Amino acid sequence: MASELLLFYLFAAITVAGAVAVIAQRNPVYSVMAIVGSFCGLSGLYVLLEAPFVAVVQIIIYAGAILVLFLFTVMLLNASREDGAEWDRTHPYYRPGPTRVGGVLAVLLLGQLVWAVTKIGGAGVGDLQPAASSVRLLGRVLFTDYMFAFEVTSILIIAGMVGAVVLAGKKGN
Amino acid sequence: MTSSDFDAVVPVICVALAGLFAMLAEAFRARGEKMPIGGLALIGLVGAGVASVLLWNRTATSFGVVTADNFSLFINLVLVAVGILTVVFSAATIERDGIPAGEYYALMLFAIVGMMLMVQSSDLLLMFLALETMSIAVYVLTGIRRDQANATEAAFKYFLLGAFASAFFLYGIAFIYGVTGTTHLERAGAAIAAQSMTDNPMLLIAVGLLIVGFAFKVAAVPFHMWSPDAYEGAPAVVTGFMSTGVKAAAVAAFARVFLSALGPLVDDWTPVLWVIAVLTMVVGTVVGVSQTSIKRMLAYSSIAHAGYLLVAIIAANDVGKASLLFYLASYAVTNVGAFGIIALLGSKEHANDELRDYAGLAHTHPGLAALMTIFLLSLGGFPPTAGFIAKWYAFSAAVTEGYYWLAVIGFLSSVVSVYFYLRIVVMMYMTERDARPVPPPVRGLAMAGLVVSVLAVLYLGVLPAQVISWAEQSIATIF
Repeated sequence: MASELLLFYLFAAITVAGAVAVIAQRNPVYSVMAIVGSFCGLSGLYVLLEAPFVAVVQIIIYAGAILVLFLFTVMLLNASREDGAEWDRTHPYYRPGPTRVGGVLAVLLLGQLVWAVTKIGGAGVGDLQPAASSVRLLGRVLFTDYMFAFEVTSILIIAGMVGAVVLAGKKGN
Repeated sequence: MTSSDFDAVVPVICVALAGLFAMLAEAFRARGEKMPIGGLALIGLVGAGVASVLLWNRTATSFGVVTADNFSLFINLVLVAVGILTVVFSAATIERDGIPAGEYYALMLFAIVGMMLMVQSSDLLLMFLALETMSIAVYVLTGIRRDQANATEAAFKYFLLGAFASAFFLYGIAFIYGVTGTTHLERAGAAIAAQSMTDNPMLLIAVGLLIVGFAFKVAAVPFHMWSPDAYEGAPAVVTGFMSTGVKAAAVAAFARVFLSALGPLVDDWTPVLWVIAVLTMVVGTVVGVSQTSIKRMLAYSSIAHAGYLLVAIIAANDVGKASLLFYLASYAVTNVGAFGIIALLGSKEHANDELRDYAGLAHTHPGLAALMTIFLLSLGGFPPTAGFIAKWYAFSAAVTEGYYWLAVIGFLSSVVSVYFYLRIVVMMYMTERDARPVPPPVRGLAMAGLVVSVLAVLYLGVLPAQVISWAEQSIATIF
């Protein structure tokens, strides 16, 4: 139990540090890499919650596919390194009014989160069913109740692939 | 699992196989070799039609999520008719426009698979997958003419807005699941009815999100912004296909979800649909009057028709439910024929889809002008065409339920819409042709397809009793 708690703090620290690094970095590419780190921490937390499938999906889909898209977008737009000296301090959002509203909203959000966390306490956790997201159960549901839906997905993907070929293939072929 | 457990999916499988074969035929086609891929599509569609007729009155269920009740079989038959007519018109036009045949037919058939499944599914999750299959194929079909900038623009707009609408639909499903613990329509409906959760705000959010998703797909105001652009940019055969097939599937699925699972909440969603229906009828007609492109004009007309269809859903009495199906059938044959003519009149250089291009058409193409006139009269709701009976039934259903204003607004808007339908007729018969190039002649199979759809329009208009009784039978099986 103690080691689990230790691991929780480790992964939580990675997640939070990654998230902070995302907004602290000046170079957008570093920011994207920091999200990858944050997501890896999150997936560690999912493993601790006995949700291995969600953890794997988190790595494959978010840290893998989605982040590659992010990276591509950043590079395509050729986003340059932000320089603090060039920030436009005259933008309306920097006026005292909007800043105060933002501050109030931030405090509200923090209050809400604290309230929600203390309210749940330890009571709700017992109701969670860790097995619900196990790979075995998910596979069983997918190939029994949702078998036909699963098969229909293949037509959906074929339609998408044919579409991509039509729209991106050589012209006049 | 016995073989009869697969009965309900047979129509869908016929079309899906035809789609896969069309794709494979294109892949194995030698360069320059001509292949009758359209014929493959016809075989699949006819197979689906035969299967749907054989399944009539049997209420087969497969996998627990696909039902072949008479309601979905009726729509299946409408979709098969739309598909066959589209293939017939496509055969004459896609080569001219340089559209790759294999991919075109494959995507069209996959879209029909999605449409059929959307109506046949009794589970919201499957309905969403079917909706996506249909939508993705239709987005691509919209932009399939890559040499035209406005086609690409149309496809892109349609895709972005469509993806957004799908997200609303999915979010609605998630809320339904959150409240009832199931995505199955019957079980969700039972849960809603049993727990009398009519005041549950989560459920109202779900209803709102589902309305947005469906209203987008049927092109109802204020979620219609995509449709004039998409209808104008797409090749005319594709426009005919999506203004009928997508609309038929979406309206039918709309009716199934709202009249079955969300039936207990009828008092909550009726006022919302009332407003949407009125806006749709009025905006579709009023904006349609000022258009100069025939495709755009018919796009607004199809928006207005979505409004009349919503009237039939709101007046959900026995007449209204039957009129919904009858309206869909007659609107589908009429509109696919009208867009077929627009497609066939185009040439490689000129799309010929401006109002001015139809000047003096009665002299150069007397037969086509006559057919077009009948389609337009049917869209406007003149006797003795299908459109008249369809509107008559929809509005009389609204009056019996006490929605007098809905019927009055619908009637007034269809009177105004006559103006722009007749504008095309006047252009064809009473205006001299200027120096524009004369459109190419139309003959062969395509002409036969047009004649068949005109005959169907007249049949539905003169002797509607048989089809109406089928519509009544089919709607009686589910609601």
